[in-house]
Amino acid sequence: MQLHEFQAKDILRRYQIDVPLGRIALTPDEAAAAARQINSESLFVKAQILAGDRAAAGGVRAVRAASGARAAASELLGRKLVTSQTGPGGYTVKRVLVEAAIDAAQELYLALRVDLSSGSVAAIAGPHRRSGVERHLATGAPDFQTLTLGVDGERRDGDIADFCGRIGLVGDAADKFRALLGRLHRAFVEVDAALIEINPLILTKSGELVAADVKLAIDDNAVFRHPDIAQLRNDEDVDQVQLQAQRHQINYVLMDGDVGIVVNGAGLGLATLDMVRAAGGSPANFMDIRTTAKSLDIAHGIGMILDNPRAKVLLVNVYGGGMQSCDTIVDGLGIAFRRSGRVMPVVLRITGNSENFARMRLANFNLPKTECADMWQAATRATAIAQGRA
Amino acid sequence: MAVLVDQDTRLLCQGMTGWAGTYHTERMIQYGTKVVAGVTPGKGGQSHLGVPVFDSIAEAKKATGANASIVFVPPAKAGGAMLEAIAAEMPLVVVVTERIPVLDMVRVREALVGSRTRLVGPNSQGVLAPEVCQIGVMATDRARRGPIGVASRSASLTSEVVSQLTGAGLGQSTTIGIGGDPVHGIGFVECLDLFFKDPQTEGIVLVGEIGGTEEQDAARYIRETGLKKPVVALIVGRAAPHERRMGHAGALALMASDDADSKVKALQDAGVIIAPSAHLVGTTMAAAFARRAA
Repeated sequence: MQLHEFQAKDILRRYQIDVPLGRIALTPDEAAAAARQINSESLFVKAQILAGDRAAAGGVRAVRAASGARAAASELLGRKLVTSQTGPGGYTVKRVLVEAAIDAAQELYLALRVDLSSGSVAAIAGPHRRSGVERHLATGAPDFQTLTLGVDGERRDGDIADFCGRIGLVGDAADKFRALLGRLHRAFVEVDAALIEINPLILTKSGELVAADVKLAIDDNAVFRHPDIAQLRNDEDVDQVQLQAQRHQINYVLMDGDVGIVVNGAGLGLATLDMVRAAGGSPANFMDIRTTAKSLDIAHGIGMILDNPRAKVLLVNVYGGGMQSCDTIVDGLGIAFRRSGRVMPVVLRITGNSENFARMRLANFNLPKTECADMWQAATRATAIAQGRA
Repeated sequence: MAVLVDQDTRLLCQGMTGWAGTYHTERMIQYGTKVVAGVTPGKGGQSHLGVPVFDSIAEAKKATGANASIVFVPPAKAGGAMLEAIAAEMPLVVVVTERIPVLDMVRVREALVGSRTRLVGPNSQGVLAPEVCQIGVMATDRARRGPIGVASRSASLTSEVVSQLTGAGLGQSTTIGIGGDPVHGIGFVECLDLFFKDPQTEGIVLVGEIGGTEEQDAARYIRETGLKKPVVALIVGRAAPHERRMGHAGALALMASDDADSKVKALQDAGVIIAPSAHLVGTTMAAAFARRAA
């Protein structure tokens, strides 16, 4: 669960981490009033959406005085902001954060996250980067340093001192950084964060550390033990299609092709995408039906594909396992088609737990179907139908 | 001999009296697994499915000689259940529960260091030694005893691969689901080590996917210690929508060289045979066996 920047900063403030003076505004007038209250020479007006890389998309404006804040807010509010992380539809800007700009002597990048190779909490720090941090890190990032912190254990002061040295901090700045890292680590563990990213972390000319921009994501699996944070979730700010799918125990990602895909299991889902591509086809979506989904949940998921005008064929690739049998999925398929009324050809590969019973159920639904003996045949057949070759 | 389990495995079920625990324990007993105890705090002294229930693992282990446990405990309490099993020095702990808070798993990983426990999962379909012992929730109808060890990140693809192997006349020594969660117990490296040492296992299938560094770690391990038996790997997710970041999943993959191509290349460089498609794992392994025999 990702939080808005202003919510993330509220949480860090509770841990005595300095953030710039700022206020939320929902209208240009409120933005002007906020700027007057903050009373700073230079300000930022920042779009509050649940996606990163906002600056590169024009979602962060440097302004002067209340008039500048008003103008920037009127340009941003109500507008759809498309960043590298929002998908092509973008997110509507409903609020802006008006904030005092901070004079920087030095700008840093600092993130805490769960490091997958060590299976522990790790800090990553390096010079501030305006954009493309993920790509930079993925390609090795020689100027970035990592320190494993653990979760409840003692922080080793020697290692942290060494870490400060590696990112070029000495003396008073290093002491301040060490204290900040301790507080940030406590915040990370206490709120069950998946990621806290401060970019930039500003070292001011007077030697203070200020978190100028913060991204905070809470581990979705741990939100249940943070009711105070759970109430910050605003469903209108997230992708509605994905949200509805998740409520029905289905992971669904819309893609731009024409082969609709119904699969149980994430691994089998990825394998099916690969096979459709290898067959020269183009998937309309990724789908993973969780084992907890019942036939009505599955009907909802398949309904999303039937509602996608780009999808021309439905490829159903199911291995009935110990927790979800084939007939549950076939029932969902039949219900979805009856609800939709759309006639879409169905190519099936069903095998495993109760496959014969599922075939009997399938016969009752009278769908325009072809059954294939293996997944590759099914993928090639579905592709051929989508391309008008069958 | 299978790895991790054998005919002397005496299984304890943590969370046996719940819905999932009851359903799957019954299936495991039917399969022939020796289920000797259940643990549900507050239900000690009862009997469920003809199996005695205890309040704690230490108690159950002492009374029944249990040497493996399976965890069906819901996510909020699963971390604590694992810590209890580790403290009781349970040699093997298999965790089926999914959606466990990741920091709970970090705590479990810290507790595993220097412990006597080997952890499989969480979010795992379990461990299956066909016709010998089932600790898990996987489909078993196509699994046959034989020479292939399977280690997989995906439950659905494990069923698929097992079915293909059996179809190609290759039974399985053991199948291990290392689980779909980012922070987990044993990985591909430990599975390879177990299978390389196991006299019954003559070939190994790894089922990997995009994300994380499991596959690269396995490749490095093979390069450093040698490819002792034929290994076939299937890596899925090449066509996955990369550009879409779903929640924090993308952020968690930071710094990982996690795309399918780099995994395939690392494994190929280590001498691993890559299955060209998910439907060709059985035939790829059969061909490797035929080449070895020739």
